[in-house]
Amino acid sequence: MIRYTSEIVSLGLQTLQAWPEMWHHRRKVIQCFYDMANASLLMSCVLSFFIGGVLALQSGPVLVERGLSFVVGQLVGLSMCKELAPVMMAILMAGRIGSAITAELGSMKVYQEIDALWTMKINPIHYLVLPRVAAILCALPLLVLFSILVGWMGGGLVSWLNQEIGLSLQAYFSHLKAGISLQDLAQGITKSIFFAMLIGIVSCHHGLQTKGGPRSIGRSVTQSVVQSIVCILISDYAITRIFVWIE
Amino acid sequence: MTPSHSKGVNLAVSGLGRSFSGVPVLSEVHLSVEAGSICVIMGASGSGKSVLLRHLVGLETPDEGSILYNGSPLSEAITWNQIEMAIVFQQGGLLHSLDVGENIALYLRETKRLYDAEVEPLVDQAITQVGLDVAHDKHKMPSDLSGGMKKRVAIARALAIDPGIIFYDEPTSELDPVTAVAIGKEIRRVNKDHGTTSIIVTHDRDLAFGIADTITFMAQGRLTDPQTPEEIKSLSDPQTRQFLHAGSQKDYL
Repeated sequence: MIRYTSEIVSLGLQTLQAWPEMWHHRRKVIQCFYDMANASLLMSCVLSFFIGGVLALQSGPVLVERGLSFVVGQLVGLSMCKELAPVMMAILMAGRIGSAITAELGSMKVYQEIDALWTMKINPIHYLVLPRVAAILCALPLLVLFSILVGWMGGGLVSWLNQEIGLSLQAYFSHLKAGISLQDLAQGITKSIFFAMLIGIVSCHHGLQTKGGPRSIGRSVTQSVVQSIVCILISDYAITRIFVWIE
Repeated sequence: MTPSHSKGVNLAVSGLGRSFSGVPVLSEVHLSVEAGSICVIMGASGSGKSVLLRHLVGLETPDEGSILYNGSPLSEAITWNQIEMAIVFQQGGLLHSLDVGENIALYLRETKRLYDAEVEPLVDQAITQVGLDVAHDKHKMPSDLSGGMKKRVAIARALAIDPGIIFYDEPTSELDPVTAVAIGKEIRRVNKDHGTTSIIVTHDRDLAFGIADTITFMAQGRLTDPQTPEEIKSLSDPQTRQFLHAGSQKDYL
């Protein structure tokens, strides 16, 4: 456990040290970013819409029954931007993008492509890890922002269409606007930046550590996804505690 | 990539030892290779040849002993760019996400940081040198190449580095005899035209006796003294003789 954590921290630091190389790898960063967005945008849209919808569906009737209809918008708004969008999108990214990164780097390791890079004096951390981490650092916060907006819309539509709630879209969004500050949005985005770094580093680490044959690639991918999700949930609690303390 | 006959690198290995989980894989390995020559390391599967190769290019760190290139320790030679070395891996080691041209250009773009205008002619030259067609093969992906073509591209990538020494790990494995001979000729031609030192790890006897200046045998992690192919043929050591003559028709009966 200690060794694993120190390896992750060490890879994270080496990636940060490689940051000045970013301009040289800009094309790869853009390519990775495009691939990540392409792979996760539709899924994120569907997930976020229904998460927002379910939130409104479960809380709306109870709140309206007790005369708290103005809370529905706030509840969906705050839940989406402070917790659900960052965590759900991070889990989606870990499953869809993190696994792909681990599989790609793992197969490069098994088929001696990474050895070939070393012998050409190309540092795999600069050439492989940095562009992927940079791309996920750009992609996840944007995806979270998108997810928040879609989740709000999902909640709004359900509140409007469900007869037990019966809120107009205008009323829902005005309540939501009143209950959400820029700071709440910033908290969600800040969380997503931490999660992006974690997913990028954990999945690259597992890919680079792959040893043996093709079977070990599958094992690395499973470990990478499971450990990314565990890291996301643990760090989510830690970051939330810090935000609560600051507030 | 101008042909040069003086840039080959001397290699001197002494007392090299390495154990994995307490099991010695290399022990007391000594090897001396002259600049510009072809040295073939032969041995049975699992004798430690590829592990030795990984140590020689710096992919593994030995427990003991030293590796000197032109008199400089390996780490200094790599760190200070005193020598350029290239390796042709058993399966080519080509990056499957890049096409042939991009694979060959990798070192020039990433390590040398050359501009595209400078890289392209060097890539085309390397492709032509290994007998491939620029127009036809440059944009193929590695997955579309045959085993022989992959080895050629790997050699072209090595040539683009303009190395003083090239290591070949089983260059003719998984190839048909005709392609194997063609690859052997290619190695010999690269050695003659570029003056590079070549170290070949193989258990292909025909290749070894066809192109080697010196041959050394590896058994149980130890290397014999390098000798010329003629000297090797006249050796009376039973292990060497068994290795050299195994596989005749009567052995299968």
